[in-house]
Amino acid sequence: MTNSIAELEDAACIFIIGSNTTEAHPLVANRILRAKQKGAKLIVADPRKIHIAEFADIHLSHRLGSDVALINGIMHVILAEGWEAKDYIASRTEGFEALERVVRGYTPEKVSGITGVPAEQIRAVAEAYARSASSSIVYAMGITQHTTGVDNVKSLANLAMLCGRIGVECGGVNPLRGQNNVQGACDMGALPNVLPGYQKVTDEAARKKFEQAWGVALPSEVGLTVMKMMNGLHAGSVRALYVMGENPAMSDPNSHHVREALSRAELLVVQDITLTETTEYAHAVLPGVSFAEKDGTFTNTERRVQRVRKGIEPVGDSREDGWILCELSRRLGHAMELEPASELMDEIAGLTPSYGGMRYDRLEAFGLQWPCPDAEHPGTKYLHKDKFARGRGLFHAIEYQPPAEACDDEYPMQLTTGRSFVHFHTGTMTRRSPSLDEEQKDPFVQMHPEDAEAHGISPPGQVKVITRRGSISLEAKLSARIPKGMLFIPFHFAEAAANLLTIDALDPIAGIPEYKVCAARVERE
Amino acid sequence: MRYETIPTTCSYCGCGCEVLLQVLDGELIGVLPSKASPINEGSLCIKGWNLHEFVVSERRLRKPMLRKGGSLVETSWEEALDEVAGRLAKIKSESGPDSIAALSSAKCTNEENYLMQRFVRAAIGTNNVDHCARL
Repeated sequence: MTNSIAELEDAACIFIIGSNTTEAHPLVANRILRAKQKGAKLIVADPRKIHIAEFADIHLSHRLGSDVALINGIMHVILAEGWEAKDYIASRTEGFEALERVVRGYTPEKVSGITGVPAEQIRAVAEAYARSASSSIVYAMGITQHTTGVDNVKSLANLAMLCGRIGVECGGVNPLRGQNNVQGACDMGALPNVLPGYQKVTDEAARKKFEQAWGVALPSEVGLTVMKMMNGLHAGSVRALYVMGENPAMSDPNSHHVREALSRAELLVVQDITLTETTEYAHAVLPGVSFAEKDGTFTNTERRVQRVRKGIEPVGDSREDGWILCELSRRLGHAMELEPASELMDEIAGLTPSYGGMRYDRLEAFGLQWPCPDAEHPGTKYLHKDKFARGRGLFHAIEYQPPAEACDDEYPMQLTTGRSFVHFHTGTMTRRSPSLDEEQKDPFVQMHPEDAEAHGISPPGQVKVITRRGSISLEAKLSARIPKGMLFIPFHFAEAAANLLTIDALDPIAGIPEYKVCAARVERE
Repeated sequence: MRYETIPTTCSYCGCGCEVLLQVLDGELIGVLPSKASPINEGSLCIKGWNLHEFVVSERRLRKPMLRKGGSLVETSWEEALDEVAGRLAKIKSESGPDSIAALSSAKCTNEENYLMQRFVRAAIGTNNVDHCARL
């Protein structure tokens, strides 16, 4: 998030797009509902009438994957009405002319044809977002999990900059991250192109710094992303895969392809706290520990580095994940000392500019938000104040592109996937929690009653959902919250795994798969 | 009886709600929301309130395992670590470091992620390290 969770409460306008906030991030949703109580305008753009849409002043039910067109349409209205932040654009941004040229073509009427949203609604959203005292954008994987994921995010940044909403209190472009420490894993360089602190592996000076600290020469070529690792296993160019605390057999798109890849690995090592769908293919399984059994830090979605404290001893003969890594590293000839977590953070702080002032004694209370470059720095509530990280904020002129897989006679419906309020990701935690399991035991597909009727489906009844990748059987739940022609399946359930159906088409820049839309059909069982 | 509450951070989504682990005689028996937390201010969602349950699940792994004759068999740490390290070293020497890849974890701590990418880059010698940020 460019801004902080608490700031949402005081925003005058909140625009949620591609985030099922009350189900997936309930405590952020709390803030948004409080803002609403204080009189904020709430806009929710989601094809489904998700729970938080019930509280919205405007709910846009745009077609899956039509986000760029929708946002361009909103910007078209803002420019046509002269509501843009002219001084901000002139003094803080660049590339505006190119944006203006592209956006000119996206009239509300044209955009209505692409998105299915009435032109009047597009105008109303433009007015609310541009003319409120402060406006904050909130998004999640509904924006990013598309072949145009990067375009979608850049479009939101365009909209925010157009109205001078970045670098100000209660504004910003705010992704809600789905995993407790996905922010931290990125910050720490668990990515194929960057070292800790987003220092590029191709940057010789950055590499030198780490080479000196670790006493070893480092590789300079960008590595493989997860999907390319799977392709490498298929092709035989990757022979060994080490998986720590992930479940790619369930979480990755087009699971048949992924499971075939895992089965071809000469060596698959899985370090986890339970058996998973992925350990079925493993040659070695190393039991790590949960968050309750170790000291460390997580970094949340608002960049806050927070303490994790050990409450109990490791279960059975399981071991701290750091110990396992240090033992293996030593055996491979690179000694990493297993220091106390606080000393490891000192090492990280010395090598990672945005974490330069992170020390455990300073994190004790409620953590610190990066960038926090030195020991005196109080942390950063919101980013890009007075100046963007790159200097001037860069507008990107972006044309709408449809999703990778179009509907046809054989697969006439659109399938999307996501989370439910009670379960988490591949269910390795929540489905092993008796209280949560009790709330929702079985997989289901949500579909519109009229679609069900057209297919002769009357619940409770099992249906088969089929795509070009595979098919699964599960219960149909009828709801008018979902538009006609669309299916929604939560991806938590191994016995009807949604990712057997999803397409592994990727965003060309981020490599993120298009989980949010593919072509499907449904049949009565 | 010894009852303690240990302040920590929830491990489900990215909100970063702060919780208190309730520990009785060394056993995790429940979770309470932190009232002073600037994020959750005394509230938790349904997942947060039940955060302790997966930790104490009977399905937790208790011993390292190696696949022998088609099935996973419990073994000692010494044997498991020697076996994994030995096979990684062999593959590295035969096909080079780029024939090895690793997935780090958005569930693990910053310190562990730091160690993982250091292990992959410095001990194995490849940048083939990623995690589920895209998933």
